[in-house]
Amino acid sequence: MALVLNEDEVMMRDMAQGFFAEKAPVKALRVLRDTQDETGFDRALWADMAGMGFAGIVVPEEHGGVDMGYLAAGLVAEQMGRNLTASPFLSTAILAATALKHGTDEQKSEWLPKIASGKAVIALALDEGVKHNPRGTATTAEPSGNGFKLNGSKAMVVDGHVADVMIVAARTSGEAGDAEGISLFLVDPKSKGVATERTIMVDSRNAARIDLDDVEVSGDALIGTLDGGMAVLDAVLTAGRGIAAAELLGAGAQAFEDTVAYIKERKQFGQIIGEFQALQHRSSHLYSELEIARSAVIGALTALDEGDEKASAYCAMAKAKLGSVAKLASQEGVQMHGGVGMTDEYDIGLFMKRIRVLQELMGDAHYHMNEFAVANEF
Amino acid sequence: MSDLDTFRMEARTWLEANCPAEMRTAETSDKDACWGGRNFKFKSEAQKVWLERMVAQGWTVPTWPKEYGGAGLSRKEEIVLLQEMKRINARNPLSSFGIWMLGPALLKFGNEEQKAEHLPPIARGEIRWCQGYSEPGAGSDLASLKTKAEDMGDHYIVNGQKVWTSYADEADWIFCLVRTDNTGKKHHGISFVLFDMASEGVEARPIKLISGRSPFCETFLTDVKVLKKNLLGEEHKGWSIAKYLLTHEREMIGGGNEAARPLHELAAGSLGLEDGKLADPMLRAKIAEAEIDEWAFNLTMKRKLAEAKAGASLGADSSMLKYYGTELNKRKYELMMDATGHEGLEWESDRSNDGKMARSWLRTKGNSIEGGTSEVQLNIISKHILQLPGA
Ligand SMILES: Cc1cc2nc3c(=O)[nH]c(=O)nc-3n(C[C@H](O)[C@H](O)[C@H](O)COP(=O)(O)OP(=O)(O)OC[C@H]3O[C@@H](n4cnc5c(N)ncnc54)[C@H](O)[C@@H]3O)c2cc1C
Repeated sequence: MALVLNEDEVMMRDMAQGFFAEKAPVKALRVLRDTQDETGFDRALWADMAGMGFAGIVVPEEHGGVDMGYLAAGLVAEQMGRNLTASPFLSTAILAATALKHGTDEQKSEWLPKIASGKAVIALALDEGVKHNPRGTATTAEPSGNGFKLNGSKAMVVDGHVADVMIVAARTSGEAGDAEGISLFLVDPKSKGVATERTIMVDSRNAARIDLDDVEVSGDALIGTLDGGMAVLDAVLTAGRGIAAAELLGAGAQAFEDTVAYIKERKQFGQIIGEFQALQHRSSHLYSELEIARSAVIGALTALDEGDEKASAYCAMAKAKLGSVAKLASQEGVQMHGGVGMTDEYDIGLFMKRIRVLQELMGDAHYHMNEFAVANEF
Repeated sequence: MSDLDTFRMEARTWLEANCPAEMRTAETSDKDACWGGRNFKFKSEAQKVWLERMVAQGWTVPTWPKEYGGAGLSRKEEIVLLQEMKRINARNPLSSFGIWMLGPALLKFGNEEQKAEHLPPIARGEIRWCQGYSEPGAGSDLASLKTKAEDMGDHYIVNGQKVWTSYADEADWIFCLVRTDNTGKKHHGISFVLFDMASEGVEARPIKLISGRSPFCETFLTDVKVLKKNLLGEEHKGWSIAKYLLTHEREMIGGGNEAARPLHELAAGSLGLEDGKLADPMLRAKIAEAEIDEWAFNLTMKRKLAEAKAGASLGADSSMLKYYGTELNKRKYELMMDATGHEGLEWESDRSNDGKMARSWLRTKGNSIEGGTSEVQLNIISKHILQLPGA
């Protein structure tokens, strides 16, 4: 496994670095928040991202994508993390694209080109309770006519209120808690019985609650096999966790670098506070944690690209590690900023908020530690 | 097939044919390691044969040039070799401060004569080295060392005391920091010298540790004669060599701790499972966390080594690896003690393999002290990587 970026990857990273720093810096998120933008991201930016190939980064070339793989996607996500860039990258370019790669030929040719060209926003409606728990899916899909009828409620649906189509996980057999019996459906949010409430979250980014009340879908809305949705979900969540870990890496690293820059300037007791060993040691510890975390992200995404059978476990492990490390970086960041760390004016608080949300998405560290133990039979 | 794949197949075949069965089992105690040297007594014929065969291949020091007893392998080939050794659970044929510490410094700073004299016996396991850095008054603040070397023309006369000198009582030679000038700043005037522990005026007294073992000594130096040809690098400028050597030492201490058996297996065997889960749910969470950290740390070792060129040091990042690796190792041993309960506390019995668990646990406490303490590593990261003022 190559853990060092090759030339193409370095180029990709540099390109993404320049792009997001210029087009979507933290300032841009502030504008979206302060103007209470209804979309929650900048459509022109998303079009530009599609132009750069970012939207189709894991979409096969035959469907209009650039198919550069998940490590490359992670390099993009890392830069988005550094800039707190709001965009449908995670929902659409990663989760939906990965799901639809498991779709029928018709589904692929309908949706994958729209993803790659930035013309469609697609949301994954999975979580229901307060915590991530795919096996706990209770939303039902009952046979109805030559299709299905969906009932249930979804929460934390990223980009749910602006989605052109949703991928809904629903139970077609078994009970909440079973891995078997879940199926995935493409659902038009404009269908009768779909109620969408945009939920403004702490990070000022997009999420929604979705109620499904006797929502009718046709039989060809099914992605993957009936009752076998977990296999597709596994692939989707593996990719999502790996990419969320990469975004956490970017956000955590930026929070850390902002903090180190701050403690090199601020003076108290007649000296630069960065001279205090208590702060130096905490900074050095964070540096170490972030280096370890970076290896986890690169290792996991490389394994995913290489088709390693343990890729799913590695992406989950990386998500666990990055959730903890980025959280620590943002918490220490606020503390080392002192009073200004509590102000809206400084960016460090924005990083803390985004990191809190990201570490929760698709399973927090506790969730993945438990899964790790289960997978290793202890 | 790539060259690397070819090398892998060759290494695999050779190891299969040449590594004795007895050398493919986990070491049962720290006493099983092969350290070589004039006084070393092999524990078994297999241990001796295994060393001789690896020496003949140049694989005790795979990346060293062939002329000095190595095999001239690239870093990538070395990694493959280590993977293949691990695959069959082969023991390390030779543990050696000469290999881990002095060798890299000799290769970088030694003159031709010094390299030719000292490197091959290290590679062959004939001469065992110890490290004379620390003194009673110079630990973390190593540069304040006082052991004095007086210039007598073609040789020095050395007087002073070293401490914590690991295996000084078993070693053949010592690499030693001495003061040749005390008129300037403390980092100036330090020289790096080599001498035979059998020289007149050298006395090593073992110190007993909390583990009950006595692997290190107080080393007294009284009018010890050291020939000038055994000065490594320039006189008064030994500090940069000392630091370079430390970066290699740190990589070794930080990375050298992969347990044969995963923590969770040990815990499951000891505590049992309830409904498929470790009987102690709190410990279960901590073990999962530690094992995820260990996975990410091992990847980091690989990543940093792949980023560095063969034989090159990792610079200040060796401090990061040393800090993280040793703290992680201490955490793991604490969890092992938690998992093994009173069995792990047994100190003297065959059942406990002479207290292996408890003694190993105690030994790990030294990991974050030897080779520069954790606090010192954090200072180095602050200064050289984060460039914080006053660090
Ligand atoms: C198992 C083992 C093997 C060893 N083998 C060898 C050997 O072979 N050869 C050899 O020469 N030496 C050896 N040593 C010695 C080792 O290098 C020293 O113990 C180490 O450098 C610390 O020095 P000290 O013991 O004097 O502790 P001190 O320097 O007195 O440290 C005491 C405490 O103060 C802290 N401290 C000191 N300075 C600072 C600072 N600036 N900022 C923050 N905290 C600080 C330390 O981190 C530590 O917690 C060995 C030690 C051990 C434990």
